[in-house]
Amino acid sequence: MSFVKGLKCKECGEEYPKEPLHVCETCFGPLEAAYNYDEIKKVLTRDEIEKRERSIWRYKELLPVDAAPAVGRSVGYTPLIKADNLARTLGVKEIYVKNDGVCYPTLSFKDRVVSVALSKAKEFGFRTAACASTGNLANAVAALSIEGGLESFIFIPYNLEQAKIIGTTIYGANLIGVKGAYDDVNRLCSEVAGKYGWGFVNINLRPYYSEGSKSLAFEMMEQLGWRAPKHVVVPMASGSLLTKVWKAIKEFEMLGIVPENGTSIYGAQATGCSPITTALKNKWEIFKPVKPDTIAKSLAIGTPADGFYAMNVMKESGGWGEDASDPEIIAGIKLLAETEGIFTETAGGVTMAVTKKLIEQGAIPKNETIVMCITGNGLKTQEAIADSVAQPHIIEAHLEDFEELYSKIKNQEEKGGTQDAVSSHTHTA
Amino acid sequence: MPSVRIPTPLRKLTAEKDEVSVSAANVGELIETLESQFPGIKNRLCDESGNLRRFINLYVNNEDIRFLNGKETSLKEEDVVSIIPAIAGGL
Repeated sequence: MSFVKGLKCKECGEEYPKEPLHVCETCFGPLEAAYNYDEIKKVLTRDEIEKRERSIWRYKELLPVDAAPAVGRSVGYTPLIKADNLARTLGVKEIYVKNDGVCYPTLSFKDRVVSVALSKAKEFGFRTAACASTGNLANAVAALSIEGGLESFIFIPYNLEQAKIIGTTIYGANLIGVKGAYDDVNRLCSEVAGKYGWGFVNINLRPYYSEGSKSLAFEMMEQLGWRAPKHVVVPMASGSLLTKVWKAIKEFEMLGIVPENGTSIYGAQATGCSPITTALKNKWEIFKPVKPDTIAKSLAIGTPADGFYAMNVMKESGGWGEDASDPEIIAGIKLLAETEGIFTETAGGVTMAVTKKLIEQGAIPKNETIVMCITGNGLKTQEAIADSVAQPHIIEAHLEDFEELYSKIKNQEEKGGTQDAVSSHTHTA
Repeated sequence: MPSVRIPTPLRKLTAEKDEVSVSAANVGELIETLESQFPGIKNRLCDESGNLRRFINLYVNNEDIRFLNGKETSLKEEDVVSIIPAIAGGL
């Protein structure tokens, strides 16, 4: 049976049937899936969830799909890592990394949302999947369209990272590089979506697609031992993920699956594209659109569609928002790699850098549970840090050459610690 | 007279015209005049208390009126006013 009543406008409350719609006809507000929580409460319990397979579908009553899921059947249930080395470095008691950088199959949290969107697309009878993307979404739509037997058309800004391009076309997707920033791509796509009968995951399927994000937070709470953390840091592009993390926590609390814990939500942006944190810090009710200029391309959305709601969540939950410059993002990527052995993409560098900043500012206390949402894999954005990491030591295939190098490395470690040894590697070649 | 660019979802109200000219000294007046010519359009642009709806953007010569003078933003003869519903997208 279906637990989704229909769609409802977040602004004026007007109700709509379950159709591929995303904007309210009256006020242009975004539509959102509305659930029958009384019925869900009768069936969804901790015991029931624990019996099910480890994928996003173990929370299926809280996802807007009516039929058995047709796409992304193995997606989700990524590790929640207790990051003790990082905790020591930051001087905090308890910090966790929810690592969607290893999400199946395309190594970002977009696998979650696309699984829900394309399962719904199959229900609606679409034959073609499409999206506007900054890269991770492109990879997920291209790969998961294969499982769904769908043709795919994918629109990206033309200057994306090489790994994100190859990670799309390898699946046989039609990839269109648009001369412009993400916001230009998105504008074009809203025109294409109006003209072709395609399932655009982030346009006409958006109310379904965005709900998939909740699975990240459901897992986080289950993996914490059925509790909500005190503090969660979430990266923001449009702001949608942040609002859905909040919604998921509120749903689990309302259904009695976890006790209320007064969770505060913090948003992270790149300084080169920070319309939401800028509005938050300046107490604006509105957003000044920006032309993005940051290495964190997956967060480079200059006109954030859910910015207003994300800002409300940060304020209402007692959280806050911050942004990180490009050098801080790179330092964040390195910090997570060197303390926890997790290589995240630039968006994860933003989250790491902002978490550190918020702790240093005292916005996040040091003695309470913190979770960082790491949403993508570092192998996809290698260009961004290629000049900031060490190169190999090149030697002849002689034992004495290695021994000479080894003593040099050890000497440098004694003098200045491993960091200096790493940065001087290029000279030893 | 200032001209107004009408987005596709509102053209049912303007007999499919994508651009109309409206005599008005400021944005507030422009909305009232539009309403008298195309009844129903005000309700699509403004909420019950007359404030511009959150997902409607009004631009005067490519500048969002929220960063100008809001509904008090004055209009000159050659000004171009664009009505642009916010585009949902991205994550």
